[in-house]
Amino acid sequence: MTTQTVDRPRTGLSRRQRARLGRGVQYAIGIAVVVLLAVKIDWATFSAAFLRSDILARMMPRVITVGLVNTLIYTALAFVFGLTFGLLLAMMKLSSIGPYRWFATAYIEFFRGVPALVVLFMVAYGIPNAFPGFSFPGGTYGMVMVGLGVTASAYMAETIRAGIQAVPKGQVEAARTLGMSHSRTMATIILPQAFRIIIPPLTNEIILLVKDSSLVYVVGVTADQYELTKFSQDFLNRTVNPTPLIVGACCYLAITLPLSMLVRQLERRYAKAR
Amino acid sequence: MTNPTPAPIPPSTPDTTADATADATATRTTAISIRNLKKSFGSNEVLKDISLEVATGEVVCVIGPSGSGKSTLLRCVNLLEEPTSGQVFVGADEMTDPDVDLDGVRRRIGMVFQSFNLFPHLTVLENLTVAQTKVLKRSRAQAREVARHNLERVGMAHKEDAYPAQLSGGQQQRVAIARSLSMDPELMLFDEPTSALDPELVGEVLAVMKSLAAEGMTMMIVTHEMAFAREVAHRVVFMDDGYVVEAGTAADVIGNPQEARTRSFLHRVLNPMVIDASEITDEGVADLV
Repeated sequence: MTTQTVDRPRTGLSRRQRARLGRGVQYAIGIAVVVLLAVKIDWATFSAAFLRSDILARMMPRVITVGLVNTLIYTALAFVFGLTFGLLLAMMKLSSIGPYRWFATAYIEFFRGVPALVVLFMVAYGIPNAFPGFSFPGGTYGMVMVGLGVTASAYMAETIRAGIQAVPKGQVEAARTLGMSHSRTMATIILPQAFRIIIPPLTNEIILLVKDSSLVYVVGVTADQYELTKFSQDFLNRTVNPTPLIVGACCYLAITLPLSMLVRQLERRYAKAR
Repeated sequence: MTNPTPAPIPPSTPDTTADATADATATRTTAISIRNLKKSFGSNEVLKDISLEVATGEVVCVIGPSGSGKSTLLRCVNLLEEPTSGQVFVGADEMTDPDVDLDGVRRRIGMVFQSFNLFPHLTVLENLTVAQTKVLKRSRAQAREVARHNLERVGMAHKEDAYPAQLSGGQQQRVAIARSLSMDPELMLFDEPTSALDPELVGEVLAVMKSLAAEGMTMMIVTHEMAFAREVAHRVVFMDDGYVVEAGTAADVIGNPQEARTRSFLHRVLNPMVIDASEITDEGVADLV
């Protein structure tokens, strides 16, 4: 028997035909499930539970002007804090000076291991108790920036460190050979390349931050400081109907989907400069 | 530690023919002076007491088997590797002095790498201008002018807006040479500049290096291109196992090697097809001489 005949299945179908058959079966199953759901679901009851337009109307426009906007603000604040401090931590972790490395390692391990909710509690209630008279600059916004940013910085530090280490050693050598100092080399040659490398994982972290901003309610916020989840939950309690949750979820997607698209575009733009 | 006193000798015009240079090199100031250099990586001693001088305007090719310490020697000159002991002088500056302004001296030493090491996030032109503006504090316009001039020298002026990834290996290496030249270096170090290139791209890089030599650039070149060394080098240094085994004019070292190890190496390099499989041992290829 030659190897060619071994490859042939007993049905007499070629490999391509079998693949096409397999795909066809999968499509058929998929369509059957959708049809079954469409027929079985009581659409009137369903939309009465999840899709009540009168509730949507009542949520407007504050779900956007308060909920969405605050979610964006909390995310942006935590991201800026996390990126800045994460960069510092990454540099410390790569430093030749021992104590810097130890501090960075301890910080990263601690805050990556502790739930963001716990950290937020500690910042919101622990710090004011430990340091009487201290208040965060910017009030709640400052507190949230630190509370979420501390956790974010631990994650981002590791991402940035990995990015820096992914830049070939020859790049440092070439830059130093041209007479650039260590810090100049970092700023002009290494970090721009590192950030291009870590755009995908960094996007991931922004998206996680968007969702972590839903924890902010634990610090005790006024109605004007509600973010999407708290805002929707508030409506849920008042209307006893889950429609606000769907609205809130759509708002989150309205943030994360364009973000993913933007990043894909960035990646494409940088592709030729890699 | 004392600085070397460069011999005050009238400069002579550079000569690219190997024969005429034996005495010509003796009449120049010292560009690089390496004294009793040793370098170990852990317990592995890569350089074992190297002393070597390169005169201003001189082209020195360093040859030898892989692992002989050639690249390490070159990298010790601009202190990409820190010597374990010994001294390295570049011009009047001692690189091995802990107080030396390393960045200051390095900008006077061009270096070309085997893997090009162009900055992939910058265009060709930006690759050439970034250090000029950030290190030499030249104006943008001036840096661009210098960059374009040097791109022209290496025949890459038409690619100034390209990114390195869009260029062939030979083109990238020519741009890398132009990048070094844009800093107006006093001397250039080449670390196997053609070893990563496809064979048909080697020539264009060697041609650029040859023209540099003809212009009188001081060059220290680690290479496996024997024909190039023979034609362009004023002096050839053969290294093996961390020592300088033999040094002299290209005609002497390549054409008439005195040491058995040099002969064995050259025999293998110049006749790669004559090695019999039976001669290959765990240690590599047995010495044929």
